[in-house]
Amino acid sequence: MKFAVVVFPGSNCDIDMFHAVQDGLGEEVEYVSHTTTDLTGYDAILLPGGFSYGDYLRTGAIAQFSPIMAAVKEAVEQGKPILGVCNGFQILLESGILPGAMKRNEHLKFLCQNVQLKVVNNESMFTSRYEKEEIITIPIAHGEGNYDCDQETLDQLKKNNQILFQYEGVNPNGSKENIAGIMNKSGNVLGMMPHPERAVDSLLGCADGLRLFQSILTYWREKHVITS
Amino acid sequence: MSLLLEPNTTKIKEEKLYREMGLSDEEFSKIEELLGRVPNYTETGLFSVMWSEHCSYKTSKPILKKFPTKGDRVLQGPGEGAGIVDINDGQAVVFKIESHNHPSAIEPYQGAATGVGGIIRDVFSMGARPIALLNSLRFGKLDNPRVKYLFEEVVAGIAGYGNCIGIPTVGGEIQFDDCYKGNPLVNAMCVGLINHEDIQKGQAKGIGNTVMYVGASTGRDGIHGATFASDELTDVSDEDRPAVQVGDPFMEKLLMEACLELIKSDALVGIQDMGAAGLTSSASEMASKAGTGIELNLDEVPQRELNMTPYEMMLSESQERMLVVIKKGREQEVVDLFKNYDLEAKSVGVVTDNQRFRLFHKGEVVADVPVDALAEDAPVYYMPSKEPAYFKEMQELEIAIPQVSNYNEMLLKLLTQPTIASKEWVYNQYDYMIRTNTVVAPGSDAAVLRIRGTNKALAMTTDCNSRYLYLDPETGGKIAVAEAARNIVCSGGEPLAITDGINFGNPEKPEIFWQLEKATDGMSEACERLQTPVIGGNVSLYNETNGKAIYPTPIVGMVGLVHDVEHITTQSFKDVGDLIYVIGETKPEFGGSELQQIVDGDYSGKAPTIDLQVEAKRQKQLLEAIQANAVASAHDLSEGGFAVALAECLMGTSSLGAYVQVTGEEVSALFSETQSRFVVSVSPNKKEAFEQKVKEAICIGHVTNNGLITIINENGNPLVEMNVSEMNKAWKGAIPCLLKSEA
Amino acid sequence: MYKVKVFVTLKNGVLDPQGKAVKGALHSMEYTAVHDVRIGKYMELEIEQLDNIEKTVEEMCHRLLTNPVMEDYRYEVEEVITP
Repeated sequence: MKFAVVVFPGSNCDIDMFHAVQDGLGEEVEYVSHTTTDLTGYDAILLPGGFSYGDYLRTGAIAQFSPIMAAVKEAVEQGKPILGVCNGFQILLESGILPGAMKRNEHLKFLCQNVQLKVVNNESMFTSRYEKEEIITIPIAHGEGNYDCDQETLDQLKKNNQILFQYEGVNPNGSKENIAGIMNKSGNVLGMMPHPERAVDSLLGCADGLRLFQSILTYWREKHVITS
Repeated sequence: MSLLLEPNTTKIKEEKLYREMGLSDEEFSKIEELLGRVPNYTETGLFSVMWSEHCSYKTSKPILKKFPTKGDRVLQGPGEGAGIVDINDGQAVVFKIESHNHPSAIEPYQGAATGVGGIIRDVFSMGARPIALLNSLRFGKLDNPRVKYLFEEVVAGIAGYGNCIGIPTVGGEIQFDDCYKGNPLVNAMCVGLINHEDIQKGQAKGIGNTVMYVGASTGRDGIHGATFASDELTDVSDEDRPAVQVGDPFMEKLLMEACLELIKSDALVGIQDMGAAGLTSSASEMASKAGTGIELNLDEVPQRELNMTPYEMMLSESQERMLVVIKKGREQEVVDLFKNYDLEAKSVGVVTDNQRFRLFHKGEVVADVPVDALAEDAPVYYMPSKEPAYFKEMQELEIAIPQVSNYNEMLLKLLTQPTIASKEWVYNQYDYMIRTNTVVAPGSDAAVLRIRGTNKALAMTTDCNSRYLYLDPETGGKIAVAEAARNIVCSGGEPLAITDGINFGNPEKPEIFWQLEKATDGMSEACERLQTPVIGGNVSLYNETNGKAIYPTPIVGMVGLVHDVEHITTQSFKDVGDLIYVIGETKPEFGGSELQQIVDGDYSGKAPTIDLQVEAKRQKQLLEAIQANAVASAHDLSEGGFAVALAECLMGTSSLGAYVQVTGEEVSALFSETQSRFVVSVSPNKKEAFEQKVKEAICIGHVTNNGLITIINENGNPLVEMNVSEMNKAWKGAIPCLLKSEA
Repeated sequence: MYKVKVFVTLKNGVLDPQGKAVKGALHSMEYTAVHDVRIGKYMELEIEQLDNIEKTVEEMCHRLLTNPVMEDYRYEVEEVITP
């Protein structure tokens, strides 16, 4: 399986995402510049965290106009797994691929720490390797992770089981309904504030994030066997 | 100021306008002598910044010469952007600390942010990939609204820059004392990783080669920043200084990636950051180091504002700019490389053979001075030194053991002193895990980062207890180095070298200069003894508010090599039943202690003594025990003494406790700050292996699972008995609580 | 009651990284006529009847709402008639 890690000017978790796939998952992965317009050669697209364009104006606001975003939208339509983490999630929101918007953390400060997440839905291509309701530990590191949406969107998210992760115990940023990660209605795009790519090596304290990448691989293999 | 309005040479000389730029009458005469004529306005500006303390070290040079700077592993000592130390396998570690005190006092967010940006550029200008940031901060007490504002904004500024550029901020230290109320200290350290073959130097070699300007364009910001940094702060500082630079970490991220790509190209000859004194210092220093000259055409310098004069361009301290020297004919490659990062690279000059620094503007020569006159011929001052009266008084004071009636209460109180309390509120604002190499996060003795693709790791720390330095600069200087080394050893690392961030008051006062002399004497001796040479650093003098100096604060930034990730050790106790040992005897030493501050409200008496031979031996033995995997946890004893250290070993552990027995005088046993001591836990099956390595370690108790800290005296009576979770809550909540309370 | 509208801008000559990045983005979206972008803050304050409202607003701007070292401000005061 071949992953693309999209590099926007100011992306800075690209290297962590790269290593999570290469060293943690053991699959093929390449960096892809934001100026690229073709993503057909990749099986999954990863939008990493960071401060694309300095996060100036609004987080993710400028990156949504990068040349690569048309190709990302194409990949969304094709049903490829797309994972946006942190700034990647913010870009997915700004570009309308996922519903809702991100506000500054309730306490107004950047916050970096391990948090506990509850796996709300384990029947997605991103979470099949977790137990339902399982509590996992994944780090967060953001200043704007306070997810917000209107009531109608929230009802839809719940109805379609689009909420994959919720903060467990303490809500670190004020996010609505403790939302930490949501997917689109078709189930192939996941946006999440916590960083699974930082939790793939027990030397650094935690490896709960690895199973997210393994879930994507499992999905791809199953699909690959059926279609080939 | 437009060019036409600039004062002419007669006016500069007769009205002594050079004084406003920070040059003395003697210095101006020396410039006239060197040039054989009166300098024009631009030239006077060049000299004023290059001869400032910040750039020339004119008063600290004689002192810095004493530092040991050589060692088997040292690849680059002081003099370049940052020092470099070999870490085997063709790899090396690059690091440096730098102060940004004065800018942070005026505009704390931007002052701190640009301090971080500057030190990062120093490291990648050597060709190294920056892998970690640390800092060392000093503020007044948190009961003052202005101090709270400075503290919160400085932390936010460090976070804002480091998080955005994507370099983890992994460690640091903060001390709160009244002497820093109007003059906070903000010292930032950057650590980078490099392969030997990629090491760059800031030299303008090769006659005819092209000088290129890369990065952000030049504005009027920060003009005279270097001179400003060499001046005392007064109450008018707020109104008076338009010299604030704004940092752009996004720009720096692009610039860093572009420069790290450029160093792989053989078109590159030399590279240097435009830091203090901007274009002037980078260009003239590069030429001076290579023994060449430089000509710059200022019309080509990218400018952010209209009608900038040569004086303004040369003295601007706009951020995120670098100067590179490129082989003639290869310029287009560099332009293309930077264009890929949305950055501009522009040819602005040429390397010449005449050892002159010549500037052209609109077709005319606007400055023409010998390169060495700016860099090498800066005056050196041997300042008079005098032992201050307070020192003798302090030395003559009898040893006084502070009175403590309730040990539980006192321990709790110590744990909530901001200098001791958990800094979680601070470091949780820093992204300390990005790039996924941080094995030991902030909160233990030293931060530890693995080196991907190897079995090695790097331990890093910053340390300086300036209270000891105030009471006794020489002893305090030794302690600063020794404590940094203790932190590295406790984390499983072999101390390699240090960078020093020297922060003092006005050196023109003989008593301050005496502090500087003594402190550096002590540091030099400790560096020799502990085999940690000084590979670079920074001097910040004139740290005074309305004539009152800060405590002498020579911050030590140390890096150590962990030979195998298996050796990585933290301060937290690990398992029930592990044996608790103390290494080192305790004496009644309370001068400069946290306990003394609580009981007396001030510091007095003698600083704790230190025997460097004993220190070196204990560190060696403990490190060997750790490397033999005989140690479960290790922590050095510092502020607050044994009781605080023991409590810290329990913080954050789930439901562990400790049951230990102490001997001798009780207040000393619990709270004395005697040096060269450690508290270590050892698994019972490693008991013999450990005791064999560290013969003087004394077993004082064991780790329990009852969530209680219990310290009994020699008769078996409890001195301290407390719930760890209660302690933990108070320790963690102290700083947020102080910030919330109305002052 | 007064409504006070405070406009905070960076002083001339102070670098505006945010404005610069937005300008770059607009250019890449082919709004090349945009010569410069500078971004500021807008605040609305509701303030009770005061004798010397201008002086108080100036003071607030100076002490908290702006950093006079790097920011300029201007403000408008409107009287709000509460029914």
